[in-house]
Amino acid sequence: MSTLSVIYAILFYAATAVLVVGLALRIKLYAATPTPLKIPTMPAPLTKSGAAFRVFREVAFFESLFKSNRWIWIFAVLFHAGLALVLMRHVRYFQADIWLVVKLIQPFGIYGGMAMVAGLLGLWARRLVQERIRYITGPSDHLMLALLVLIGLSGLNMKFLSHTDIIQVKTFFLGLLRFNIQDLPTDGPLLIHLGAVAALMIVFPFSKLLHAPGVFFSPSRNQVDDARDKRHLAPWAAHMDADRDA
Amino acid sequence: MADQKFETPAFREFRDNPAIKDGAMSHSQPFVAKPEHNTPLGFPGELVDNWEVKAVEKLGDLLNKNRALRVYLDSCVKCGACTDKCHYFLGTGDPKNMPVARQDLLRSLYRRHFTLAGKLVPGLVGAKDMDKEMLDDWYKYFHQCSQCRRCSVFCPYGIDTAEISMAARDIMDHIGVGSKYSNEILAKVHVIGNNLGLPQPALADTLEGLEEDVLDDDGVDVKFPLDVHGADVLLVTPSADFFAEPHVDGLIGYAKVFHQAGISWTLSSYASEAANFAMFIGSYEQMHKVANRIRKAALDLGVKRIIFGECGHAWRVAYSFLNTLAGPWDFLDPKYPVPQHILEVTNGLIQSGGIVLDAEANDDKVLTFHDSCNVARGSRMGDVEGGQFIIPRNVIKASVNRFVEMDPQTTMEKTFCCGGGGGLLTDDLMELRVKGALPRMEALHDVVNNHGVTHMAAICAICKSQFTKVMPYYGFSMDMIVSVHQLVGNAIQLGAKE
Repeated sequence: MSTLSVIYAILFYAATAVLVVGLALRIKLYAATPTPLKIPTMPAPLTKSGAAFRVFREVAFFESLFKSNRWIWIFAVLFHAGLALVLMRHVRYFQADIWLVVKLIQPFGIYGGMAMVAGLLGLWARRLVQERIRYITGPSDHLMLALLVLIGLSGLNMKFLSHTDIIQVKTFFLGLLRFNIQDLPTDGPLLIHLGAVAALMIVFPFSKLLHAPGVFFSPSRNQVDDARDKRHLAPWAAHMDADRDA
Repeated sequence: MADQKFETPAFREFRDNPAIKDGAMSHSQPFVAKPEHNTPLGFPGELVDNWEVKAVEKLGDLLNKNRALRVYLDSCVKCGACTDKCHYFLGTGDPKNMPVARQDLLRSLYRRHFTLAGKLVPGLVGAKDMDKEMLDDWYKYFHQCSQCRRCSVFCPYGIDTAEISMAARDIMDHIGVGSKYSNEILAKVHVIGNNLGLPQPALADTLEGLEEDVLDDDGVDVKFPLDVHGADVLLVTPSADFFAEPHVDGLIGYAKVFHQAGISWTLSSYASEAANFAMFIGSYEQMHKVANRIRKAALDLGVKRIIFGECGHAWRVAYSFLNTLAGPWDFLDPKYPVPQHILEVTNGLIQSGGIVLDAEANDDKVLTFHDSCNVARGSRMGDVEGGQFIIPRNVIKASVNRFVEMDPQTTMEKTFCCGGGGGLLTDDLMELRVKGALPRMEALHDVVNNHGVTHMAAICAICKSQFTKVMPYYGFSMDMIVSVHQLVGNAIQLGAKE
């Protein structure tokens, strides 16, 4: 096995560890931080299931974004839905026996890849063209888009222009799952693609990509409107009740 | 302040977004609190030594206490959805009044000290250390947010800039830099019980005067009870209701409703303020202290119910926070929610026939309704989702015959702040207040021109004061703004059930 294979194997083990541990720690921190007051953005659902459905609509349909800006919504849906299809299409590289659903999704995954890049370019264009968004855009916002576009384009390139030995790629990843490092093809586009994916996994828990777990923990979205019925008290605030006059 | 020179913004023909004008409001800031305003609240009198470090420490403290703050500081992707949603941006064009840019003032410090990326590559992710320039920007622009939560409606992650502004103001108070307006008022509440500093004898005198006025005008002996032990209802209302116009007409309306419905009620001189200004400065401790005056008054007077008068931020604290801050309410009558809004009570009485209204009494008016931001997005009324939009409209429509809605992009959950909320209702911020009122004034202008609207009803003491002051800048008469219970008070047929 080549040195390059070992380097990429280590890279993916490390990236996976950073992604999983980093996200787990962040989620633990979110979950452990109290919410001192009930602050759902009203009108809000009156039941737990209602609040869960509100968060679901936010995650699945970007409901609030739909209300606020149709262009951003279109590009965001193109990107995220495209990415979801692409991820599902890629499941086959991690399965010796491929699930039927993964087989069925394959052609759609390709359209997903195109949609993803189109959405990203749309979002990027807004950052350059729209004055207000240009004002709030920092270097890291451009870099994040560049990284994602690089992943998308290098992937599409392997599909349509310069193919790689995809059987061997699958052997490499199945090997990683079994802690048995196999050879990885040494094509440039593949190495760029995989390197960019690993980089994305590593920056995920330290960047604005935390919006992914964040949306589930947003009190303005996930809280139930029941403040008059149920007393909601944070542990750190409870002692104050003892000091009051009455 | 007479020396404030500025131009009232022109109505935008197509509601297009303003071009960015960097620094357009960088001169705007409220008077800084003096030591005598800060120390009674337990804050340092003036800027402390080592304030750069102390600010970071306080931010760390708040991050551990408030999940919203932590999640919101992490989650923003700079998508731009909020950038055209803030009334202060629409009215001023200052880019730091875009919600995301306002948040970034605090987020830059958060990233520098509490994130790996901000520690390693600060320039890449907009991380900055605390310095005088940052503190100045904080003081200016966190006092250009009225905590109206409109941005949180439109953010895909529900990021609420109000939470960020409150945290920033709390941090500033803890290093000795507070706003005079809010802190001076809070100090008064702790000593006297209301924002105006109106002591018991003055309050009793005012209420007696109101009884005489109503007797003169309507020939009915409507009472305005104060500190009556054993009354069923404790009414907690913004102290502006005791003297300001059109607030006081609302108070007269509540009293007439109680009178006709035969509800025994009282005001308390100890808890003679509904508005909890501690929310503005983001201090849980102060909010707790102010809220518990109401608990003590309820216990001392032995009441069975608590009802709040028309006040937006007060109702957010009352509806959403009071149970947390001053509950549990096990000593009150469990048949009623605690607290109730006066509009819930009046609406129920209209439906049950407990009060009799004749809408013809308001036939000289064509009404529209301004949803107050903190009622709309921070609370509810009644028992269905969105009751805070339905109930006020029901009461208005029962009291007046002609009612017109404003542009739906400016009402209900999308309502615009009046421009004076969140601790900004002070004369030293007049330019900001006038410019921030632009989106509401435009929507009003439309219904005045196209539907002959003559009056706009509101259910918030701040909205009423703010509109009274800024409407003349836009060519409207200041008496166009009315209390909802003023309409009820006009329409109620006190003779009908005597």
